[in-house]
Amino acid sequence: MDRAKPGLSAGRLPLRVLVCKVGLDGHDRGIKVVARILRDAGMEVIYAGLRQSPASIAATSAQEDVDVVGVSMHNGAHLTLAPAVVQALRDAGLDTPVVVGGIVPEVDRPRLFGAGVAAVLGPGASNEEVVETVRAAAGTGGGA
Amino acid sequence: MGERSVWEKAAGAAPDRGRPAETMSGLPLDGVYGPDGGEFPGQWPYTRGPYASMYRSRLWTMRQFAGFGTAADTNQRFRELLRSGGDGLSTAFDMPTLMGRDSDDPLALGEVGRAGVAVDTLADMQTLFDGIDLGTVSTSMTINSPAPILLAMYIGVADGTGVDRSRLGGTLQNDILKEYQAQKEFIFPPRPSMRLVTDVIRFATAELPRWHPVSISGYHIREAGSTAAQELAFTLANGFAYVEAARTAGLDVDAFGPRLSFFFNAHIDFFEEIAKYRAARRIWARWMRDRYAASDPRSLQLRFHTQTAGVSLTAQQPEVNLARVAIEALAAVLGGTQSLHTDSYDEALALPTEKAARLALRTQQVIAEETGVVHVADPLGGSWFIEDLTDRLEAEAEAVFARLEEMGAGSMLNGVIAGIEDGWFQAEIADAAFAFQAKVNSGQWVMVGVNGYRDEDDSELPTLYIDPGVEKAQLDSLGEVKSNRDAAAVEAALARVSREAAQSEVNLMPALIDAVHAYATVGEIVSSLEAVFGTWTEPSRA
Repeated sequence: MDRAKPGLSAGRLPLRVLVCKVGLDGHDRGIKVVARILRDAGMEVIYAGLRQSPASIAATSAQEDVDVVGVSMHNGAHLTLAPAVVQALRDAGLDTPVVVGGIVPEVDRPRLFGAGVAAVLGPGASNEEVVETVRAAAGTGGGA
Repeated sequence: MGERSVWEKAAGAAPDRGRPAETMSGLPLDGVYGPDGGEFPGQWPYTRGPYASMYRSRLWTMRQFAGFGTAADTNQRFRELLRSGGDGLSTAFDMPTLMGRDSDDPLALGEVGRAGVAVDTLADMQTLFDGIDLGTVSTSMTINSPAPILLAMYIGVADGTGVDRSRLGGTLQNDILKEYQAQKEFIFPPRPSMRLVTDVIRFATAELPRWHPVSISGYHIREAGSTAAQELAFTLANGFAYVEAARTAGLDVDAFGPRLSFFFNAHIDFFEEIAKYRAARRIWARWMRDRYAASDPRSLQLRFHTQTAGVSLTAQQPEVNLARVAIEALAAVLGGTQSLHTDSYDEALALPTEKAARLALRTQQVIAEETGVVHVADPLGGSWFIEDLTDRLEAEAEAVFARLEEMGAGSMLNGVIAGIEDGWFQAEIADAAFAFQAKVNSGQWVMVGVNGYRDEDDSELPTLYIDPGVEKAQLDSLGEVKSNRDAAAVEAALARVSREAAQSEVNLMPALIDAVHAYATVGEIVSSLEAVFGTWTEPSRA
């Protein structure tokens, strides 16, 4: 999956990542920690906060020209919402990779990948895994 | 300070469960240990417990939280719980209900009946409690922003089945302040939300003598990442804010004080948790007496529910969570909890399966029946370590109170709201969560199975599967209710809600009860309130 943008191929610009909560669930401990980890790793993090919809995520992604979208879900709605986020981005003409974080049972992961989700980060991921997963999703192999 | 003779009299007069108070070897045990002039449970300042005889008279309530799918699904689970000797019901609502959204709201997509039961109208509430006598059962409802509406529906079910309101027993979480700080299930801005909380307190004080109108909750603050000291301080500060709001509304502190209850987390740091509960009781008693002039002893006695820490559970080697939960539950019992929910070992993965939920309840039963910790009140009281930790947590909390009072120019209510509005609480909690993650990441803190003692062949557990047909079934029944109700009556009832929302001196509960009787939906009522109150968006920062 090569989604690196031309401007990033030189590996100099920091990655831009949009992170947010999608749906009604407000458990934001994880996403806030992830935002800081990515920022500490040198990425530009746009924290869109709570209650984002697939449409609002697509709009913000376009406006902010982000390289990766990270959505956090602890509400059991990932099978509905994560594919909807991917679809909204594609409908807006964006090929931005989507990383899902939160409580996602192993058995559901193949369906998320099938729907175009680039990666899933579960509880217990180390800071390094978080950073590597986002970099890999962006296809820059350590560009940040 | 304390008097043994007073304690002996109180303990002697209290009921006895009739279990022999002795060790396994047959050594007899006193109800409490300590010097004559020391502190005793059931006596000022209540550090050692709200009651003289504690678990010798009555065990804590084993109250397991449940809810999923449609109201009919959860009704089946409730009846099963009551048949198997459960003490009370504890209702988990789904995210749309918690956020005041109907099941057919576009934002509810994918979340209907997922993490709790879906309730849109009085019809769902009637199904949820079908065949259950609301005059005898005790029901806890975990709901906050739309709490007055769900309470109105519960009253609506009672009205419809001929149960007098004075017989309704239970607890409404109705703790909006911690939503802004931690769990983030807010709808309206803080001030109108506080008015709703106060309306419920005032209504319950007048009409629901067996009801607990607010459960002041530290649980979610801790889950969001706070330290134990922050959980203690923020929760009690919120409690003071509710007391100030109710007093400002003209209520006498001893009229509602005895009905306030608390809800704390039981995390894995065993001794610190026990000290936290002890400090909480002492601080509450002192502030209620000295600051708010309460004189009824029941207003001074902090009583609390506890839940073991969801965040301490690991998705890796999930069976190990059984050990964590047992240790956390034991801390809650040694700390003198009145009620306890033990988490299931599979909850880092999904909602619990029936087997996992049964093991969680069995864990409490082992503590109650086999360990012998129930014979002696506050068994760790007098330990130099526990007493010192209790004092230090109390001092940490007092420092936070001083800061909040400064932020509120002498008012805890204003201080807490200022702390929410400028994101102070949220930032404090996020900082603590990040600091903990840094400790785990560096290996300073070892979590078994996560950053130490890992197994490569992590076995896969079966998890609870929620039928996607639930959403469709709920949408169908909502559609049916909407097409069968009197549209003009709904419109009139909603207009009254908006009208009275604009009159801050009017208690909104009667208008809400009227609206639910007309089968107005949760979402419609919330919209009518939003039209007057507006909505709240937190300052976005991470």
